[in-house]
Amino acid sequence: MKQKLINVLDLIGFTWLIPLVRLATREEPGEQIKQFFTMVGLPVIGLVLFFVAWGVVASNIKTSVGNLPGPKKVWNSAGEMMTQHKIQKDKRAKHFDKEAARKQKYEEKFPGKTYEASQFTGSPTIVDYVRTSLITVFFGFFMAVLIAVPLGVLCGLSKNFTAAINPIIQLCRPVSPLAWVLIVIVVVDGLFEFKGDIWRNTFLHAAITVCLCSLWATLSNTALGVSAVAQDHLNVARVLNLSPLKKVWKIILPSAVPYIFTGMRITLGIGWMVLIVSEMMASQKGLGHYIDLLYQNNNNESLAKIIVCIFIIGAIGFLLDRTMFVLQRAVSFGREVSA
Amino acid sequence: MTTPIFSLKNVSKGFGSTESRTDVLRDINLEINDGELLAMVGFSGTGKTTLIKLLAGLETPDSGTLLFKGQPITGTDPKRGVIFQNYSLLPWLTVTGNVGLAVNQLYRDRSKKERREIIEHYIEMVGLSDAMFKRPAELSGGMRQRVSVARALSADPECLLMDEPLSALDALTRAVLQDQILEIWKEQQKTVVLITNSVDEAILMADRIIPFTPGTPSTLGPAFKVPLPRPRSRRSMNRNDLFKRLRNDIIHFLESEKKKTQAAVEDDRLLEIKQAS
Repeated sequence: MKQKLINVLDLIGFTWLIPLVRLATREEPGEQIKQFFTMVGLPVIGLVLFFVAWGVVASNIKTSVGNLPGPKKVWNSAGEMMTQHKIQKDKRAKHFDKEAARKQKYEEKFPGKTYEASQFTGSPTIVDYVRTSLITVFFGFFMAVLIAVPLGVLCGLSKNFTAAINPIIQLCRPVSPLAWVLIVIVVVDGLFEFKGDIWRNTFLHAAITVCLCSLWATLSNTALGVSAVAQDHLNVARVLNLSPLKKVWKIILPSAVPYIFTGMRITLGIGWMVLIVSEMMASQKGLGHYIDLLYQNNNNESLAKIIVCIFIIGAIGFLLDRTMFVLQRAVSFGREVSA
Repeated sequence: MTTPIFSLKNVSKGFGSTESRTDVLRDINLEINDGELLAMVGFSGTGKTTLIKLLAGLETPDSGTLLFKGQPITGTDPKRGVIFQNYSLLPWLTVTGNVGLAVNQLYRDRSKKERREIIEHYIEMVGLSDAMFKRPAELSGGMRQRVSVARALSADPECLLMDEPLSALDALTRAVLQDQILEIWKEQQKTVVLITNSVDEAILMADRIIPFTPGTPSTLGPAFKVPLPRPRSRRSMNRNDLFKRLRNDIIHFLESEKKKTQAAVEDDRLLEIKQAS
């Protein structure tokens, strides 16, 4: 029971809880307290020191819109953003209740006719922005994986193919998202030029930029994983006379999966970083766009909200990385994975 | 006399490009009879694995002819099952999955249920029914090698090529697996080529023992027949005169050959020194 719980905690990356579990069963209490202190105590001390230092320094930093907001002000801003969200949510619920009632009345009055409901026009809140950003980053991420894994497998299998596309990879990989995003805007807008305005303001610009900037890590890791398949495993395939397709599907791909997941973890990390910038430039959605709006407001209150956004972005990035870390460990079958 | 299952004539094999080339095997002449258990012993680095790979069709000889049942060996064939030294199990598959890889490939015309039964049959044969859904990382070395044996057997091969299958195991597990392999050999009447670095293991298991000469390039020494009756018991072996004499002869051959090659190296060095001075 205890060992099972520890295994589960270890598997989902909550290693810092393990000393507490052991402590609860009185297993070497001194050792467990020491471990808990290094795993939890020290990080908390670090954070506290950071906030204290920030509070002290902030009042002395002049910005173009007043002093840099300190931790307390930022905290209050965060609270206010959540209140805003609740207000909007209530409004939204009320709106739809009203609409439903109207619809019923309308249909009683004019049976057979369909009621055209009016849209809710409240402004999006922080939660909406976060949701949009997450959808966008995952869309871009999956696009990147869908492109990078097959290409990476081909690269790993064929030296000639690698030689042919390597210059393109090397050329594209260091290009900044800022450069990509402009091309993407133009191309995507062109594609949807005659399809109406609704297509212009999608998350596609940002998602495609995310894909273009982040797919390289998965591509090169997949190629590495495929070319690093153990000769012994290939010999097994040869002794059984597996067809080339089966060899790839049953031996090479599973064997490269840990590498592919390492690549995907890096891809998602880069994708999340790139996302904010591309949303700022290309779209009217998401956290990046929200930060841009706040920046245009040009006042101290907005600056505090931008800092809230930065914390949110950091926290989500961290969570995404931990999730990928857990997945990566699950497919590595005992091989070590660096946290 | 029946035709041998394997016949090798003047087979040589080396690795590397022309300049940095090392010959591993030279002038291998060997006939392996159908149904026999042939053990091949030699020091490490004498091309034992290379010979197994040649027989399996994983490597092609540089010169000489290599026949399997009268036909030249051109590639791998599931009829020649191979058991690798390091088990070569796929770590992401369970025991069932690893054996199933072979069964699903070789019994494609059978129904799912039949294949399932075949898989279970071979897992049971090596005594791993309790570990069917475990992955290799959860198994001990001996269990892993048994999975490897089950996988090779499940292809219903005509011969089993074993490349030091037991050398990574502890002595007790090794003895258990030796008995198990012997039992399977007796039951299935398959030709077994067993590469080993243990002379005792060779004598205990084989009908015939062929030593490799030490050093590279290596070739084969004279065959030693093992006329001991089966089943051979480990305990009585140590007191058996025939066993002792065989062991002495084989070890003597290996050591004297080693001395010869060392002497040759020594001679070369002396010659070089002489020429230099």
